[in-house]
Amino acid sequence: MSTRTDKIDALSEQAARGDDAGVSLAAAAWRRLRRNPVFLVGSTIVLLFVVLAILSPFLAPHDPAVPMLGDQVVRARNQIPPVQEGHPLGGDQVGRDLLSRVLIGSQQTLLVGVLATLIGLAGGLVLGTLAGAMGGWVDTVVMRAVDVMLSIPGLLLAVSIGALFARPNQYTVILAVAVVQIPVFARLLRGSMLAQRHSDHVLAARALGVRQRSIVFRHMLPNSLGPVIVQATLVLAIAIIEAAALSFLGLGNPDDRLPEWGQMLGQAQNVIDSHPQLAFWPAGCIIVVALGFTLMGESLREALDPKSRR
Amino acid sequence: MALLEVRDLSVVFQRRGERPFTAVDGVSFDVEPGQTVGLVGESGCGKSVTSLAIMGLLAKRGVKISGSAKFDGTELLSLSDRQMRDRRGRDLGMVFQDPLSSLNPVVSIGLQVTEVLERHRDMSRKQASVEAAELLEKVGIPDPKRRLSEYPHQLSGGMRQRALIAIALACRPRLLIADEPTTALDVTIQAQILALLADLVRDTETALIMITHDLGVVAGLCDEVNVLYAGRVVERAGRHDLFRVPRHPYTHGLLASIPRLDAPRGERLSPIKGSVSDNIPWTTGCAFAPRCPNALDTCVQVTPAMEPDPVVAGPRLLRCHNPVEPATAAEQEIMS
Amino acid sequence: MLRYTIRRLLQLLIVVGVLSLLLFAWLRSLPGGPVSALLGERATTESRARLTEELGLDQPIFVQYFKFVGRALSGDFGVSTGVQPGDSATEIFLQRFPATLELSFLAIVIAVAVGIPLGYLAARRRGGWLDNLSVVSSLIGVAVPVFFLAFLLKQVFAVDLGWFPTAGRQEGGIDATRVTGFFVLDGILTQEWDAAWDALVHLILPAVALSSIPFSVVFRITRASVLDVVDEDYVRTAESKGLTTPVIRRRHVLRNAMLPVVTTIGLQTGALLAGAVLTEKVFAFPGIGQALALGFERRDYPVLLLLILCAAGVFVLINLLVDLSYALIDPRIRTRGGGR
Repeated sequence: MSTRTDKIDALSEQAARGDDAGVSLAAAAWRRLRRNPVFLVGSTIVLLFVVLAILSPFLAPHDPAVPMLGDQVVRARNQIPPVQEGHPLGGDQVGRDLLSRVLIGSQQTLLVGVLATLIGLAGGLVLGTLAGAMGGWVDTVVMRAVDVMLSIPGLLLAVSIGALFARPNQYTVILAVAVVQIPVFARLLRGSMLAQRHSDHVLAARALGVRQRSIVFRHMLPNSLGPVIVQATLVLAIAIIEAAALSFLGLGNPDDRLPEWGQMLGQAQNVIDSHPQLAFWPAGCIIVVALGFTLMGESLREALDPKSRR
Repeated sequence: MALLEVRDLSVVFQRRGERPFTAVDGVSFDVEPGQTVGLVGESGCGKSVTSLAIMGLLAKRGVKISGSAKFDGTELLSLSDRQMRDRRGRDLGMVFQDPLSSLNPVVSIGLQVTEVLERHRDMSRKQASVEAAELLEKVGIPDPKRRLSEYPHQLSGGMRQRALIAIALACRPRLLIADEPTTALDVTIQAQILALLADLVRDTETALIMITHDLGVVAGLCDEVNVLYAGRVVERAGRHDLFRVPRHPYTHGLLASIPRLDAPRGERLSPIKGSVSDNIPWTTGCAFAPRCPNALDTCVQVTPAMEPDPVVAGPRLLRCHNPVEPATAAEQEIMS
Repeated sequence: MLRYTIRRLLQLLIVVGVLSLLLFAWLRSLPGGPVSALLGERATTESRARLTEELGLDQPIFVQYFKFVGRALSGDFGVSTGVQPGDSATEIFLQRFPATLELSFLAIVIAVAVGIPLGYLAARRRGGWLDNLSVVSSLIGVAVPVFFLAFLLKQVFAVDLGWFPTAGRQEGGIDATRVTGFFVLDGILTQEWDAAWDALVHLILPAVALSSIPFSVVFRITRASVLDVVDEDYVRTAESKGLTTPVIRRRHVLRNAMLPVVTTIGLQTGALLAGAVLTEKVFAFPGIGQALALGFERRDYPVLLLLILCAAGVFVLINLLVDLSYALIDPRIRTRGGGR
């Protein structure tokens, strides 16, 4: 029956049919997603990436931190271990096995993406919920702060925060990338909450005497989750790319015993003219993974947006 | 010869990977010059699709239109896109349901009226804007000169619908199609708009196809009424005949489900059971059978044909194996 | 409208003010602080103390801030320590700003000139090969790190093919007259065509790299917006009036579809500076971005402070301009003042 309603909706018979009643929004979104090739490609990439991160210690042929080909590195002549028996991608600047570094690199890259997104999300959740649920001066203060943060282009803010740390490490990089996302999530949540404050279901709950706290947490927050999930998926991609940019600008994690793709790419800049493979492998991985998250996020957005039901 | 002759019009929506869906299924009706014809039915019965097909406003892709729609002897369905464009707005006008979304929010009311005059009546911008002010005045918009430079959001709902009517009538079309023109409006405004439409079509001798789910609108306006169900016409009669003696159980049900002030206290409304989703395909029998109180075994086995009413006199066509007895139908009338 | 503009300008001032405070605090909390930044980690305690006093760093922090604001208002943001040691930060900004402006302008022109028509065509032929191809390429455009794309372009078109110069703004041998600081414009004004051409050629690769993200975004917003608008009732009304296709496209589809695109263009223009940091570094293009990159590398705080403040100022200013232009093209906002 739903195919029929879909078709009729697509026409000009706009009267609300309520044929989807009983089927929750999430279930309807999932039904549309399952058939969407964009979502399938995106989620397959993401799944492979996660599996790779988990299995990489077993897949990697060598220790990524040991310069086992170090004797082949000649700094003065800009010589780097080439592809050879047992090292299908050759070695890096200091003679470590490139394949192992690329494989193991998925772990730290995933960590950067997930942690940065979670921190950004948590910060945004607190600020956005405060502003959206309380309104009034709390809203004004929080949103002015968010506006100031948003008035600096994202990467520049991340770089400025990254520069605050005398000895950058993986976590300062993550923090720098995450803080940039806080105002984005805050705005998103606040907008969504604000739209709901006057919506019928919240008014109904209020009329029934439901306490403010449980209105916010049981009614408003769950209903705001859709766009937040979409944004989080997109931020995963952004975080990984920005971590690479930070590294490129010399503000990345200098400790490279545990490799991360962005860091590998950033460090490859000095040898990219002579040994482009050192940049290509991590860059390729970043592009594919970022594409995966983006495809997933965009198809989620489309599935959750009632307007795009065409 | 009728102004518009629709014969066996069918519209099938066919999307890749999905089953084809027949929205309009062999609809035939005539509209005489100056006549007002109603197309009545629930949402989804195909009444809007019928009008969009006549206007050539359905998407090209994924839609199959068959049958015939002759306007003044010209087959509209076989006209090229360009020829159809020349007719739309000039010979055929259309008024839509939601006046806010049907007007372009970023173009002034003036331009939205004048553009159609410039297009079809070869007017200069200046002439067109004088004419546009007159048109707005004619549809009852006060201070028309000022309104010309305003935008849709600055007008009230009723004013917007008046503006849309002015646009549709700007080139004095011979046929106007009004698709639920009052549904989105307040009740008091509805009556004004209907009265305005009635006056305008009478004064200009414009034929009108009135599409509505509201039998009240039909009662006040239409000369002839076609009741549609699941893409087919199930009953056609003159306004008075239809209201006095509804013969098709669906029509009867529609009338019986309207609350009446003069009904005895305690009498219950009798809504039609079920919903459109209970339909069976017309090919196996009568689509209304599952919801029909009069259903017989034949109703789910043999598709009823559109035939003249064998019992009640008068020009009436009926698609039913077991129509409501005139006595039962009239009972209601007696009570009222 | 005027009141709205004034209110927004006041907001701009507040944002810049708050930002200057934040940046000032940021500057003070940076590792080592300005003294180490100026003298290096190994300076003697004596010289540190002398400089601390010289810079007024021994005074309370709010006194320092007001002194800083006072100097800043007269255009004195201090002396560069790393980017161009000895030059004043203001001088560096003025000298480099036109370069970045020129680059950003070209980048946004490319993004808009390709993104809008492509977005429109893709939407018109939804599901066709052009649509699929451009949607995929716009998604990739966002996924590729800008500096990596810049590297690729430089490697292929400058190093391997030799079609474009690899770095800089102008070839050393060209003796061009400077009028405005915009090299292409200067060449045209002075009719030194070779200089103008040379400057333009230097701009192309970095501008293409820089335009990748704004292009992707402008394309996708245009496409989505056109898809939304063609399904709107008023487009059907326009069709029902028998208007010609060009009129419907221009007046009824595009005029509405462009509203969200304008906002996007503004936001993307403001964000270009972030991309410029990366692109200018790759192409050794002497603009603000390169100065920022160098500033972070060499911890040149006076320069960083001024440049970040300016970046934010420009960003907010552009947003203001976007909102104002939005009001000009959207009557729903323009007429908000009078009645409902």
